[in-house]
Amino acid sequence: MKELSNSVAIVGVDESDEIGKLPDVSLTSLHLQAVHNAVADAGLKISDVDGIFTAGQHSPAMLGEALGITPRYVDGTSVGGCSFIMMVGHAVAALHHGLCDVAVISHGESGRSGTGVTRARDTSLSGQYEMPYGFGGAPTYFGMITTRHMHEYGTTLEDWARVAVSTRAWAGLNPKAMFQDPITVEDVLNSPKLFYPFNLLNICLVTDAGGAVVLTRADRAKDCAKKPVYVRGAGEGTEHTLVTNMADLPLSRATTISGNKAFEMAGVKHSDFDHIMLYDAFTSGPPIMMESLGFCEPGEGVRFFDEGRSDPGGSLPINTNGGGLSYTHSGMYGIFPIIEAVRQQRGECGDRQVPGVKCSLVNGMGGMLSAAGTIVLSHET
Amino acid sequence: MEPELLRPLPKPMTPEAKPYWDGLNEGKLMLPKCEDCGKAFFYPRIACPHCHSRNVGWMQASGKGKLYSFQIAYRALNPAFKIAPPYILAMVELEEGPRLLSNMINIEADPDVLKCDMPVEVVFEKQNDEVTIPLFQPAG
Repeated sequence: MKELSNSVAIVGVDESDEIGKLPDVSLTSLHLQAVHNAVADAGLKISDVDGIFTAGQHSPAMLGEALGITPRYVDGTSVGGCSFIMMVGHAVAALHHGLCDVAVISHGESGRSGTGVTRARDTSLSGQYEMPYGFGGAPTYFGMITTRHMHEYGTTLEDWARVAVSTRAWAGLNPKAMFQDPITVEDVLNSPKLFYPFNLLNICLVTDAGGAVVLTRADRAKDCAKKPVYVRGAGEGTEHTLVTNMADLPLSRATTISGNKAFEMAGVKHSDFDHIMLYDAFTSGPPIMMESLGFCEPGEGVRFFDEGRSDPGGSLPINTNGGGLSYTHSGMYGIFPIIEAVRQQRGECGDRQVPGVKCSLVNGMGGMLSAAGTIVLSHET
Repeated sequence: MEPELLRPLPKPMTPEAKPYWDGLNEGKLMLPKCEDCGKAFFYPRIACPHCHSRNVGWMQASGKGKLYSFQIAYRALNPAFKIAPPYILAMVELEEGPRLLSNMINIEADPDVLKCDMPVEVVFEKQNDEVTIPLFQPAG
C-alpha cells in the first residue's frame, strides 16, 4: 500500500442537515442528506459518484437506488463503528486501480429515535452466552476492559473523568455539539451510576445523525471546490467479537495492527502527529487506543488527558469536535472523526482550529475494540 | 403455573453447543477441547481456534477460576432481565484457560469488595427443566 500513499484525497465532507434529536428524519434521509451535502462540499454532482461505501442497516445497493445512481464499485464492510474509517483505505485501493472515480462513504443512523429502522442481527453468541446474565449493550462490555485496565495499571475513576472534561472543553468550541457547557472531574464522578466503572458522563451520547466523505484521485482532487486532504496512510484489523476472546483485555491487538499498517504506509512516526481523533464511546477508550497505537506505554494513555496535552491550546489536541462524548454519537460514530480531521486540515474549524495543523490521525474501533481502522490525513503531500 | 423467569433464557441454542447445555443440566461445566493441541476454548465451535484442527472433543471443567474482570450494573438494559440491581456482571477466567461471562453471587455488589483475580467457583442455577446456567461465587 505504500505506493498508494497520497494517491487519493478527501475532497468533500459534511453531516446531515441537522444532527441530534431528529424523530422526523428517517435513517434513509440522514444518509441522503449527508451524501448530498458532502458531494456539494466537493463541488461535484451526485451523478459523478460511481463508488458507494456504507455500513449498517442499508446495503450500498439500496443507497445507490435511493440516490438514483448505478455505482460500478460497492463496499458494505460492516465490523462496527470503525467500518467507515476502514473504508477510506478500501476506497484508496479502488480509486487507485480505477475501479471507481468518485467514492462516497456514507453513514446514516437514527440511533436515538429509531425512525425508519428495523433491527435484525445475528444474536446466536450474545443470546446464548451473555444475555442470560444481564449483558447487552456496549456499556455492559466495555467496562470489562476498563476494570481490568484499572487492576493492571492502577488507573482511576478520576483519570477516566479527565477525558470527559477535556472532550467537553472542545465541544464548547463546536456550535454543532449537543453538550457545550464545561464540566469538572467532580461532575463526572457525581453523575448517575450506570454500569461501574461508568457513570453517565463516562458514556457517549445517543443521537440521530448522518455523515459522508467524498474521495477521488489526487490528480482530479485539484479541480474540486475545497483544498484536498490527502490520505497518507490507512490500516485495519480485527481480533474478536466476544470481549471474552480479547487476548489481552486492556490492549487492543486490532488497534495495534491497524495503526502499524497506517503509519508504515504513511511513512510517519508518532511525533509527526499534531492532531488526533479517537473513537470515544467511553472515556476509557481514547487512552487505551493511545496505548494500543504505541503513543505511550500501557497504562500511560491517561497522561495525555490529565496533563492537559489533549485540551484546547494543548500540545497534542485530541477529539477536537467534542467527540462521541459531547458532540454526537449516532451509534456507528466512525464517519464523524474523519469529517473533523478533514475540516481541521482545511483550516475550517473557527474557534477550535488547531493552529498550523499538518498531520491528523483518525483511529476508531468496532465493537469492544474488536475491530479497528486507522488513517493518516494531511493537506500536505 | 410455572414460576416467572428472572432471566432471558439462552437462545438460539446452536447445535454445536448441545454438550455444553446438556452438561449444565447434569451439574457439569463442559468445555470444548481440542484433541490435537489439548487446549480448551470457549464458545463451542467445530474447529479449534488455537491450532485450527477439526478434531474437537469435550472435557469437564473443574468449575474453579478467577474473577478476571467485573462491572456493577445499577440498572438493567434488557427488560427481560428482572433481577433487582445492583448486580455483578462478571468475566471469569477458568483454570482450564477459557473465559466466560456470568454473574457473581453471594458477595456484595461493591467495587471495594470485588477484586480482579479473586478465586471463584461455579454454582449451577436451574432455570427450568431444559436450561441450567453457570453462575460464580467466591471460592470457599
